[in-house]
Amino acid sequence: MMRVVVAMSGGVDSSVAAALLAREGHEVIGLSMQLYDHSASQPRGRARSGTCCTIDDLHDARRVATRLGIPHYIMNFERQFDEQDVSNFVQEYAAGRTPIPCVHCNGDLKFATLASRAGALGAPFVATGHYARVEKDAAGLYLLKRGVDPSKDQSYFLFTLTQEQLSHAIFPVGALEKSTVRELARELGLTVSDKPDSHEICFVADGDHASFLEGHGVRAAPGAIHDISGKVLGTHEGVHHFTVGQRKGLGLSSPIRLYVVGIDADRGAVTVGPREALERTELTASRVNWIAGTPPSPGARATAQIRHRHREAAVSILPLDDGRVAARFDEPQHAVAPGQAVVFYDGEVVLGGGWID
Amino acid sequence: MRIYFDHNATTPVHPDVAEVMVRVLREHYGNASSVHRLGQEAKAVLDEARTSVATLIGAEPSELVFTSGGTEADNLAIRGVAEALEPTGRRHLIATAIEHEAVLVTLKALARRGWRTTLLPVGLTGIVEPGALEDALTDDTAVVSVMHANNELGTVQPVAELARLAHARGALFHTDAVQSIGKLRVDARELGVDLLALSAHKFNGPKGAGALWIRRGTRLTPILTGGKHERTRRAGTENVPAIAGLGAAARLAMAKGAAEGERVAVLRDRLEEGILARVPGTVVNGAREPRVPNTTNISFERVEAESLLIALDLEGIAVSTGAACSSGTLEPSHVLRAMGLPTHRAQNSIRFSLGAGNTEEEVDYLLEKLPKAVDKLRSLTARRA
Repeated sequence: MMRVVVAMSGGVDSSVAAALLAREGHEVIGLSMQLYDHSASQPRGRARSGTCCTIDDLHDARRVATRLGIPHYIMNFERQFDEQDVSNFVQEYAAGRTPIPCVHCNGDLKFATLASRAGALGAPFVATGHYARVEKDAAGLYLLKRGVDPSKDQSYFLFTLTQEQLSHAIFPVGALEKSTVRELARELGLTVSDKPDSHEICFVADGDHASFLEGHGVRAAPGAIHDISGKVLGTHEGVHHFTVGQRKGLGLSSPIRLYVVGIDADRGAVTVGPREALERTELTASRVNWIAGTPPSPGARATAQIRHRHREAAVSILPLDDGRVAARFDEPQHAVAPGQAVVFYDGEVVLGGGWID
Repeated sequence: MRIYFDHNATTPVHPDVAEVMVRVLREHYGNASSVHRLGQEAKAVLDEARTSVATLIGAEPSELVFTSGGTEADNLAIRGVAEALEPTGRRHLIATAIEHEAVLVTLKALARRGWRTTLLPVGLTGIVEPGALEDALTDDTAVVSVMHANNELGTVQPVAELARLAHARGALFHTDAVQSIGKLRVDARELGVDLLALSAHKFNGPKGAGALWIRRGTRLTPILTGGKHERTRRAGTENVPAIAGLGAAARLAMAKGAAEGERVAVLRDRLEEGILARVPGTVVNGAREPRVPNTTNISFERVEAESLLIALDLEGIAVSTGAACSSGTLEPSHVLRAMGLPTHRAQNSIRFSLGAGNTEEEVDYLLEKLPKAVDKLRSLTARRA
């Protein structure tokens, strides 16, 4: 038996994670992170979908903890979350990139600040509801592996974790299918068993990125939309309305489907083109983390994902200086978006990843 | 081991109080407005409670209006007077920056409806300067609201002097005495105020009962309208069992007198001195005198208070960081920020508030566990830095 802190978001996955550890006889302490205050922007009584960490979700976490008979506390991380994750999200978008705040939240909050708070409470481990697995190999190295349920695997969001962080991490639902997790939640009588999965960026109410960004100081600077040859096709209300690969909401009529293929935030220009114009066989990435601590040898073969919902593709890895990496895909890949992460896999095992330039 | 050092949040109901309440619940279930005998019995229960509370604060029973608690009493005082004085053109309200939310948010609400409001600053003592009130008072000030004792620091405000200043400019004076009743001898007339709010659950009574003392002759518009209960100052069938509990708690407070305060002060000082001596990097927030005898608020350098609270809770010791709010989240206290303390020191602060059941053994248990918990938290912060 050991003391474990479970990061409880109020969702079904972390609730079941807590339940499983409690059932194994561990001394489980539930901690929920209050990251932002949505109470003002959330009309009461409206159906919620795809949210986490709102005030209502924190209450769900509390009710689950009561049901499990474990202590539960809410820690206020609003300031740190705002200074690190939200401001990074805003800056990246304003720069025409497509950020993934979940990765920062995992690496900088859950497995950093929260883990250190847990350690101070005498709990050497932090458990979360991520669909991923952590294992120790024969050499004593921690391996980060995909979750067993391929449709739910969240290892992509955990690529920044270090050996030190992985040594404190437990993912109790990583070895389970989502359907099993929901079934367990029902068996345990947890009220969250049928709660919808979260998909959107949690702190952006209603998925309205543009309004959120404007509320956080991003100026709506109109500019031109042009095609690859430079011909102006229309105008836009600001580059923060767009991400690379976007097809909807361009406000253009065209005989062929047009996609955003490039964003130049400095010039306020958005470039659109046909689907083929989005294809790349090479990319570079920065601030790379190799889970094992050292990069693979040049030319190493692996698979890579360039976003969460991307089907992994065969790739050759070329580690560069200054914590950077180049990747060469066997087949062209669609919509390589700056700001997203490229994560490399050897089978089920996460080798590491970095931020696409 | 369960040790409760959070009496400013709420107190355990005294067994005698619970007994009175159960008797009323079972036997005197009548509506105090009813004419029949059961109604008369309920009315008699209210009368007894009213007399007990009046005796406790040196008031006439007819000057007391029972409410659902301290928040409603504060609302009735401020909104009731503000509205009653509206036709006179007095449209200015004053309070301190360290009031309870029941006062602060009420002022904000009235500000949105056209009243001018002024919040008096406090310095590092956590005690408001009479000069600040003098400067803020105007000829159209309707009411000044200053708490008697601060809930987070325990500091006692110079209410009598402030009330004199307010009266000199024709303003009424309300004091939120929720944190001083049961801890200090409080005499409404000696304080010279016009309105005084109190709450049963802060002195071993039940939740859901409180009172507003309204000096005879003070004009006040009710905020709850309906039947002619409480001399038409607060409509709604009286919560007879809870009010009976309030009366019983008032009698207990009278019976204990100053002796209990002295006993608790000895424990509080032992706890405070013990922490200052055993834990380096600690400092008491706010003036240590004048203070209610049960409270100390201490900042622990390089320690996140919320982590310390949790560590102590896991050892069975209940304390608090600043004000607990309804969602149960832990936010930097507005009181400590109003004193001008930097955010980090506000986030490093823990409130210990003692009460009736506490013993020397409990204080010593805390003094044994706390330094270890602090060391552990600090060693982790150091490693991360």
